[in-house]
Amino acid sequence: MTTLVSIRGVAKRYTRGKQTVDVLQALDLDIASGDFLALMGPSGSGKTTLLNLIGGLDKPSAGEIIVDGKRIDQLSSGQLAKWRARHVGFVFQFYNLLPVLSAEANVELPLLLTSLNKAQRKKNVAAALAVVGLSDRATHKPSELSGGQQQRVAIARALVADPTLLVCDEPTGDLDRKTADEILTLLQALNRNHGKTIVMVTHDAKAAEYASHRLDMDKGALVSGVVA
Amino acid sequence: MKFLPLVWANLFHKKTRLILTLLSLIAAFMLFGLLQAVSVLFSSGADFVGANRLITQAKVSFTQPLPLALLPRIESIPGVARVAWSQFFGGIYIDERNFFAQFAVDPERLLDAYPEWILPAEQRVAFTRTRTGAIVGRKLAEQYGFKIGDKIPLKSFIFTRKDGSRAWEWDVVGIFDGKDADWSGRSNLMYLNFGQFDEARQFGQGSAGVYIVRVDNPDDSERIAKAIDSQFENSPDETKTQTERDWNLSFVRQIGDIGLIVTGILGAVFFTILLVIGNTMSQAVRERIPEFAVLKTLGFSDGQVTGLVLAEAFVLCFVGAALGMVLAIGAAKGVSGALNGAPVSVLPIVWAQAFVTMLVLAFAVGIFPALRARRLQIVDALAGR
Repeated sequence: MTTLVSIRGVAKRYTRGKQTVDVLQALDLDIASGDFLALMGPSGSGKTTLLNLIGGLDKPSAGEIIVDGKRIDQLSSGQLAKWRARHVGFVFQFYNLLPVLSAEANVELPLLLTSLNKAQRKKNVAAALAVVGLSDRATHKPSELSGGQQQRVAIARALVADPTLLVCDEPTGDLDRKTADEILTLLQALNRNHGKTIVMVTHDAKAAEYASHRLDMDKGALVSGVVA
Repeated sequence: MKFLPLVWANLFHKKTRLILTLLSLIAAFMLFGLLQAVSVLFSSGADFVGANRLITQAKVSFTQPLPLALLPRIESIPGVARVAWSQFFGGIYIDERNFFAQFAVDPERLLDAYPEWILPAEQRVAFTRTRTGAIVGRKLAEQYGFKIGDKIPLKSFIFTRKDGSRAWEWDVVGIFDGKDADWSGRSNLMYLNFGQFDEARQFGQGSAGVYIVRVDNPDDSERIAKAIDSQFENSPDETKTQTERDWNLSFVRQIGDIGLIVTGILGAVFFTILLVIGNTMSQAVRERIPEFAVLKTLGFSDGQVTGLVLAEAFVLCFVGAALGMVLAIGAAKGVSGALNGAPVSVLPIVWAQAFVTMLVLAFAVGIFPALRARRLQIVDALAGR
């Protein structure tokens, strides 16, 4: 398998007032295309920071990050925004849907940044909602959906622009076990059936079992790796 | 345009707040449209177009009387159809709160000059023949319950009788109507027979406040006005002739600089609106920082997020301004009636002023929240920092 994400010597340092915190230290990591990687570790271990760097939401203090052959650590914030729109889909713990928009309008958001016309956007939105099994909830607002359904809408939004990479930050952290399993099964299907590369941060060992690889982090460094 | 549904939906984030904000904008722009329309009217120059009636007053002031001896010379000007004269009486009916306008007039001349007043023939004759006679407008008659045969006591704050008394008594001999709803709305006044008035007053006999000049052809009104004034140039009784509309407006102009007053009021209104809407926009953006962070996460650029917030401010102000200006059209009709039919209307220039004001307001209230949304760091905003 080819390498989709290549991380070399990445460090991330935050300065809060007079305090400087080294969150990541000289980290090296390769993620293969088509992989489903679970990042685990205690709070403060740096897994969300790493996820943010891979997703282009933040820039490293040192080192290089190459995704699909592109060095994203050297991109300006404007270039990164465009890159994220084309290459990355995001799924958050608390869904982060816009409450004033219907499910289909939420899913359509990434497509507003493309050159697709309204009919094409509508078609793609319908397809994404069908993949997550929510075609019949397209016109519902987030407040009219359950937590699991909201997360499915969020996954549809992450998928709709056909990104290279899906990054998921505790996608089941706000869900009960049964619903969490449904969401994880869906992510697994997206990985296996649609070939999506997924990087998922989780605290939940059971959730990590759905991934094909698991990496543990502690104090800003990778400490172990397990092949599922 | 594809972002418009997103902008529109975001406006409804808090419906109650949206409605209250819109109401304040509507009220502000209604006031803007109305006051600007009034200001445009008062700042416009003399307009003789369509004017078939002119008012001639003393050049110094309308309080300075003109001798009735000027009448034949005014009547001799070609194009003049009929000349009447009128003297403001300044009477109070029983109590100072009961003030309404009364004018001492020559009955025949007045009714010829104002064919808009409809008075039955026998009442017209009675008004002409009764030296203590008065005719009352329908609106005024209904307000005070005046009817033919009533004796109305008036205490003039201007004119004293020869016996030193300010008390005058007038016999109601007619009640006149307006020819249409507009003129009926103006019929809250009273005309007094000049006969008793001129004989009994202590001073000013043989003079009147103004001449009312009815012209044959409105196209000639500007020429006739100039001809009248040139007739009396360099005489002891220099005149100033203007259209009836401009003359009426000149009374309101005495209040002060209408343009300055309007600017002052609107300045205060829009400064308040700026603070209110600015605060509302700031609050709306502050509450949605995580949502803007999500948009940026999805790939919306800093510029696009800035544009979305500014567009929200623009749409909000546009809707409020448009509704307010439409209401101003209705309000202007009401004011027009109060100014005796002066054409108070929301002209294209006022719409243009409202549009520019709306743009400036939208930018002023939107720019700081927009910059805040632009500057937010995704990672911090998503983490709630």
